Amino acid sequence: MFEIKDVLETTRMITQNNLDVRTITMGISLRDCAHPDIKVTAQKIYDKITKKAENLVKVGQELETELGVPIINKRVSVTPIAIVGESCDAESYVPLAKALDEAGRTIGVDFVGGFSALVDKGYTNGDRKLIASIPEALAETQIVCSSVSVGSTKCGINMDAVAEMGRIVKQTADLTADRDAIGCAKLVIFCNAVQDNPFMAGAFHGVTEPESVINVGVSGPGVVKYALEAVRGADVGTVAETIKKTAFKITRVGQLVAQEAARRLNTQFGIIDLSLAPTPAVGDSVAHILEEIGLESTGGPGTTAALAMLNDAVKKGGLMASSYVGGLSGAFIPVSEDAGMIAAVERGSLTLEKLEAMTCVCSVGLDMIAVPGDITAQTISAIIADEAAIGMINNKTTAVRLVPVPGKNVGDRVEFGGLLGYAPVIGVSKFKPDVFIARGGRIPAPVRSLTN
Amino acid sequence: MRIVVTIVGKDRVGIIARVSNVLAEHNINILNINQNIMDGFFNMVLIANMENADLQLDKLKDVFTALGEEIGVEARVQSEEIFTAMHRI
Repeated sequence: MFEIKDVLETTRMITQNNLDVRTITMGISLRDCAHPDIKVTAQKIYDKITKKAENLVKVGQELETELGVPIINKRVSVTPIAIVGESCDAESYVPLAKALDEAGRTIGVDFVGGFSALVDKGYTNGDRKLIASIPEALAETQIVCSSVSVGSTKCGINMDAVAEMGRIVKQTADLTADRDAIGCAKLVIFCNAVQDNPFMAGAFHGVTEPESVINVGVSGPGVVKYALEAVRGADVGTVAETIKKTAFKITRVGQLVAQEAARRLNTQFGIIDLSLAPTPAVGDSVAHILEEIGLESTGGPGTTAALAMLNDAVKKGGLMASSYVGGLSGAFIPVSEDAGMIAAVERGSLTLEKLEAMTCVCSVGLDMIAVPGDITAQTISAIIADEAAIGMINNKTTAVRLVPVPGKNVGDRVEFGGLLGYAPVIGVSKFKPDVFIARGGRIPAPVRSLTN
Repeated sequence: MRIVVTIVGKDRVGIIARVSNVLAEHNINILNINQNIMDGFFNMVLIANMENADLQLDKLKDVFTALGEEIGVEARVQSEEIFTAMHRI
């Protein structure tokens, strides 16, 4: 029998502290969809997704009803389309993006991820075509997400791809200029990309993954903040311990949902991603946790240390709660998706440079940051290179999702809507990296890659 | 399936009576009731077995939402599994 306080605690987490399962993501291999005729490839992609994930939304809704915990998104991730499309003789892969979009909307999922290429060390022909197709693909689809991996600890950084992605981000912004450059909100550039990540925009179904798999991303910044309110004045060890215990409980819910979803969908259970994923809703903010720990405003001195502790404690708590942990697992700091981060930018305490420092100790990178529309492609590339270097040297995933909004300047506000939120445009250094970016080539793998 | 019914709200006469009536009407067997008053608020956690129930969980939720609105309490129905996952290792 449960004690009343335990049951009420769970109920409070859900009703007042925004505890939710952020996503059930079904990974689907599309390796068997390759065909020389792109129309056939597109049809095979559509058929496979709509068959494999036919019941994904239904099962998600059933679990939501039975367990009484909101499951915010149902998503599909697929084999990087550069691999699937490689055999096609077409020059553009936009028809494949449209097939993903149509399939996703037919089965009613929120996002489909995997319009992706992995070019850590260099390009294949398919990679080149996919990357060139990204701006149009994101402009002409609704729910397709794209990612490109430009480096890793084992391979170094592909600076040609870094330079190209700066231009691709700009083109994507231009093609979706009428919608506040929303295309860029669906495009991530990675270093050390993760093969089983359930979160968008960076989810794809890696080549080491099975035929299909269920990965679940949990959430719950509001629950952590509430728990910390009870230990005000205590030392940081107590704070870390409180975060751990809370993360454990949150993850147990994710584990339950993942196991049950995998069973009902007759699919392998992959991993739980332990990330604290904020939403723009009040009381669902990672920045507010940092401020509860004792910072006047996120981005001020002490932020990196507090975030490092939070990120580590979340992992430690979650590890025990799930049999398989993977994905990105840590704390996310997307600016536009976090009411506290937005306020911190508006207050002037949170800058791009401080965000970069924060990405050294949290689970991903520079995420959902609106920058002035007149930023150059080279500056975007240089920011990508900096972020990739942090990932490469520290053996962790880093990512860049910048949104250069045409016609907008520092202080303007950009609205993306829904989970993507809204953001004040943040300032960027005016000093030029152009000569560095124009060099191209490859940054060699770091000495720490030589571990064998 | 075992369910947990949670009732929270201002105390008044007959809450347990109304809740147990609803369960009996739908052939749902009560296994355990835990109830107290904290700060003037009525809290009840009830565990029941839906094995022979004449309706599905989603419909039962609707019934309890309506009942909760009628008698001025918050009524939730969930599968027991979420509490087991969170509070038992």
